[in-house]
Amino acid sequence: MNADLRRERAAATFQTELLTHILDGGAERTRRRKEIETLVLNDPDFQHEDLNFLSRSQRYEQAIRKSALMVMKLREYGIADPEEIYWFKSFVHRGRPEPLDLHLGMFLPTLLTQATPEQQDRFFMPAWNLEIIGTYAQTEMGHGTHLRGLETTATYDPATQEFILNSPTVTSIKWWPGGLGKTSNHAIVLAQLYTQGQCKGLHAFIVPIRQLGTHEPLPGITVGDIGPKFGYDEMDNGYLKMDNFRIPRENMLMKYAQVEPDGTYVKPVSDKLTYGTMVFIRSLIVGDSARSLSRACTIAIRYSAVRHQSELKPGEPEPQILDYQTQQYKLFPLLATAYAFHFVGAYIKDTYRRISGDINAGDLSELPELHALTAGLKAFTSWTANAGIEECRMACGGHGYSRCSGIPDIYVTFTPSCTYEGENTVMMLQTARFLVKSYTQVSSGQRVTGMVSYLNDLSSQRIQPQHVAARAVTVRINDPASLVEAYKARAARLVEAAAKNLQAELNHRKTKEDAWNRTSVDLVRASEAHCHYVVVKLFTAKLAEVSNAAVRAVLTELCLLYALHGISKNTGDFLQAGILTGAQITQVNQRVKELLAVIRRNAVALVDAFDFNDIYLGSVLGRYDGNVYENMFEWAKKSPLNKTEVHESFHKHLKPMQAKL
Amino acid sequence: SVNPDLASERQTASFSVEKLTAWLDNGAEQTRLRRAVVEAIECDPVFSRENQYFQSQNERYEAAVRKAVHLQKKMHEMGWSEEGPEFKYIYRAVAGDVAFLLHRVFMRSVSMLGSDEQIAKWIPLASQYRLIGSYAQTELGHGTYLQGLETTAVFDVTTQEFILNTPQISAMKWWPGDMGRSATHTVVFAQLYVHGKCYGIHPFIVQIRSLQDHSLCPGIIAGDIGPKMNFEHIDNGYLMLQNVHVPRENMLNKFCEVQPDGTYVRRGSQKINYFTMTSVRISLISGEAVLPLMKACTIAIRYSAVRRQSKLKPGEQEAKILDYQTQQEKLLPQLAAAYAFHFIDDYLQELFDKGYREIQRKNFDTLPELHALSSGFKAMVTQYCTSGVEICLRACGGHGYSLLSGLPSLYTKIIASCIYEGENTILLLQTARFLIKCFMAASTGQPVPPSVTYLAAAKPRNCSAKNKLDFLHPDIYTEAYQHVAVRLISSTAAKLQDLIQSGVKKHDAWNQCTVQLAQAAKAHCHYITVKNFAETVEKIEPKAGIQKIMKHLCDLFALHGIFSNTGVFLHDGYISGAQMDMVTASYLDLLAIIRKDAVPLVDAFDFTDKSLNSALGSYDGQVYQRLYEWAQKSPTNKQISPAYGKYLKPLLHNRLSKL
Repeated sequence: MNADLRRERAAATFQTELLTHILDGGAERTRRRKEIETLVLNDPDFQHEDLNFLSRSQRYEQAIRKSALMVMKLREYGIADPEEIYWFKSFVHRGRPEPLDLHLGMFLPTLLTQATPEQQDRFFMPAWNLEIIGTYAQTEMGHGTHLRGLETTATYDPATQEFILNSPTVTSIKWWPGGLGKTSNHAIVLAQLYTQGQCKGLHAFIVPIRQLGTHEPLPGITVGDIGPKFGYDEMDNGYLKMDNFRIPRENMLMKYAQVEPDGTYVKPVSDKLTYGTMVFIRSLIVGDSARSLSRACTIAIRYSAVRHQSELKPGEPEPQILDYQTQQYKLFPLLATAYAFHFVGAYIKDTYRRISGDINAGDLSELPELHALTAGLKAFTSWTANAGIEECRMACGGHGYSRCSGIPDIYVTFTPSCTYEGENTVMMLQTARFLVKSYTQVSSGQRVTGMVSYLNDLSSQRIQPQHVAARAVTVRINDPASLVEAYKARAARLVEAAAKNLQAELNHRKTKEDAWNRTSVDLVRASEAHCHYVVVKLFTAKLAEVSNAAVRAVLTELCLLYALHGISKNTGDFLQAGILTGAQITQVNQRVKELLAVIRRNAVALVDAFDFNDIYLGSVLGRYDGNVYENMFEWAKKSPLNKTEVHESFHKHLKPMQAKL
Repeated sequence: SVNPDLASERQTASFSVEKLTAWLDNGAEQTRLRRAVVEAIECDPVFSRENQYFQSQNERYEAAVRKAVHLQKKMHEMGWSEEGPEFKYIYRAVAGDVAFLLHRVFMRSVSMLGSDEQIAKWIPLASQYRLIGSYAQTELGHGTYLQGLETTAVFDVTTQEFILNTPQISAMKWWPGDMGRSATHTVVFAQLYVHGKCYGIHPFIVQIRSLQDHSLCPGIIAGDIGPKMNFEHIDNGYLMLQNVHVPRENMLNKFCEVQPDGTYVRRGSQKINYFTMTSVRISLISGEAVLPLMKACTIAIRYSAVRRQSKLKPGEQEAKILDYQTQQEKLLPQLAAAYAFHFIDDYLQELFDKGYREIQRKNFDTLPELHALSSGFKAMVTQYCTSGVEICLRACGGHGYSLLSGLPSLYTKIIASCIYEGENTILLLQTARFLIKCFMAASTGQPVPPSVTYLAAAKPRNCSAKNKLDFLHPDIYTEAYQHVAVRLISSTAAKLQDLIQSGVKKHDAWNQCTVQLAQAAKAHCHYITVKNFAETVEKIEPKAGIQKIMKHLCDLFALHGIFSNTGVFLHDGYISGAQMDMVTASYLDLLAIIRKDAVPLVDAFDFTDKSLNSALGSYDGQVYQRLYEWAQKSPTNKQISPAYGKYLKPLLHNRLSKL
């Protein structure tokens, strides 16, 4: 092991395994995770050449090979717990997307929730056995987040008892669904249903798209890959165009809405249930934000302990770059953020698990708040992690830019989560809608509960005569609980300001939509402040659950850094609301820098605690043993440009030119 | 035909696009010349970038070499020369997608660092491509800090040769462009040893590949460093030297020489080296940072005028996404920044030309200021433009992630500019060192360079704005920026002094203040940018509506900076909470005003469709048709994927059904 890293690890003030157990949710779960990890990473079937050296086609091919094996082996080993399946899949694909994602994550679950028993008999077992490989085709070339705008049509023909599917315009071509381009032979297609001459809105249809056996597209179906993207090389995101393509009436998913043989439309009872799936998927993205940022932090912090550069003290050897304040300032707040997001992700997952029983029993009372919260947190965490991953890469200097650092791959794999499952700005505005609604309730004398209960205090404060700026919270900058109060005050102030601005616009504008649009920048800020408060609150709450004193101490330092750094990055909000004075801000800035120095000694141990296996981490710079340079050289030798000593372009272009000039 | 959604945007322009283009080009004649060069390059099929997004690293490299070779021919045919007025447009036209850029750096370093005899020997060979050069400075373990380089060159008096070695793996040369596969020669920077004494870093010309068959020379291990985030077309390389002998004459010796008996002689000032760095940093601002941001803005804004999403008013058609305030708030500040930095580039260029004239007269007085400004602005502009391009990418929803949008490659290319030619944090700290020095000088009444005289003049006051319209006065916001810059510089200087007086060693004190120092340097550059934008607007003739729209952009740039950094303006009460609400109000009002001219403002950048190479950003706005057509050209669509027959079919059909 590299001597620098060995020294770092020896100096840690806590036992890394204990922290790993907390992140995993218990020692037993850590054990099981590692068991599955070993199972996958030691399996010769899952080995392959470094993906960085493969073309897109080759990467797709490797992915599909591994996915096929994965499905087999999961069943062979009897792994059925969703979390364990998730681990297994992550290790097989090393955190990357794969062509069966949509089949396993959308096609099968949608059959389970929206198909009638008869439809399940016809489709589920073949799909389970992968005779049917499906995808979920919702997004169109011209239409994304706004579902009602989708243009694909499914027109019922009672004469033949069939639906006729059409992509009437270029903008209506289904575009982006994963696994559609090359892999799937079926798709669940979302289309506007027309029956008896009337449009009944969006419904889901099971559409066969490729011939079983030959895998050729069926007549009336145009299907293909949408071409190269920013990452996602393993995934065959596809397009689908349908021309008068007929499917039997029984292929419409009819557990809720139905079309009877004569074309009579039967309405569904409630559509709130789809909320549940969205909450679940967005909670996964929060966890993903934490994991992706943790990986990037692991790489950047280990490398910063190994890399030496310039001179701190005249005459002394070049120091580890981790000793520079500017480097610590880049990396440690991100490390704290990664921990914060881990705890937030765990909280949402637990909450969802807790209330999903209620949901199944038809009690949807807690769902709106959770839905609003996860929309905002999905956006908040994915934006932050996205920027954080890039900062980690930049903190690795030139070598971060090489694919061998692994960070470019983490970034391109993660960054689309700012857009998919709800574009982040739109998500923030959904949360804002909930916040404004809660604020309006409070203004009209009702009390609100849950994470927005701080809004209740606003009305009582308004009665008091002092000026708004004078309602100072006494902030103790070394007390996380006190910082939670400061964040609460900031959120309250920004929600109030946005709500008031919205009201002012409503008094001037013709339409609600126009007023909303003209306030949307304020509304997004309010949502961000609300989410920020929730994160600080959940991180702080977590501290009390930690029994080991050494671990609690280091987590408290991280929590303080997270909260104080957040203040120092948003001083304007705290100053303008009178929550903190200029002098206090100066203290906060100073305290942040002191904390950097305190966290410095545990930095490597804190990323070790994330416990990423080297193969999963996929980074030469972030290797556990720190032997960076030797391995960069070994890695580079495998580059495709190095396959021959003299590149063919020498003979083709260089030599003839030299002869001519 | 042009998409009606774009056509309607153009009909309502408040100014003449053609006149703005000419003004940005510094005259209609320049516009004409630029268009002629771009046209000549783009109609030549060898320079086509049509299939770029589908090519492998090997194919990209080969195409870049082919283009570089062809470019020589083309220049000859067209009668263009490297000194001619067309030259600066060639790079823009080929979009940087050619090999041998480091060959030019090789030639420049020989010219700058070599003696007259060395220049006479090497430059003709290089300009006729008898050899291909590279420039090997950075090592695997060492970057910005030159003194830390480990490669050695030991002078052997008996053979009159230098013996070059890579003593350990971290000393391997790593990253130099054109070196992995193409170069035959390179300038190697190594620690010079004579008679056992180290004289520090010196440049040596080393042949690495045979001029006959291009095989590696004895003692040389070289190759490509593998795939990167971008620059697939460049063969960034590694180089290991094992007892490589080069003649004494191969040390570039304009400034220092090792004589036959081993006597080391130094002559002249090396300050000129700083000047080289300065010139490189200034020259990359326009081509590597501002142009990519302009392209990204063009793509994102045109697409936002075509893309419709959700409804703003019930019963109406879905709205253009450009009509959403949140979308405007993402894109329009980036557009304003692109203009702001275009003007700062003019400002730096002018300063540089002035400095160059002085230096030719052996007056180096302007060098520290030039060096500080070029470092700070390189850092600030590349960082700002990088994040701007990323914002544009993410503002295009899902389609932004398609390589066919052109945005991912703009992004992965521009981010490299934050690291090369000096890592940005380090550059900001260099600027900060200059600022602290000047601040100290100014506070004791000593003279300081023109760009920092404000450090002495300012007095603490409050912002005098009374209502939101006051924040549209350049004096008001320029003073606010100035105030913040002074406050951050002076408070950091005070903190440094406190630490030193309390017994902390100087270097420790410096390290403890670096976060603040970097912030202060940014504030300084931000202030100069705002001030320069305001002054530029002032000088425009009010005709043709250009001044009016530029004034709006200047206001937007300035207010966006305040809106996004409220804390530093509120900190000491210079701007009050109530005033900050006025800033926000004025800022949001501006978004709606500039929205109307957004498309004409990007049209004025005058990029051809070929140079944008984007399915989303073409002039005609036929986004969806183009996306569909281009996708079908993807190699993944040329055949049924072999993966199905090879893996999916046998494995799953046969074995799974048994489970």
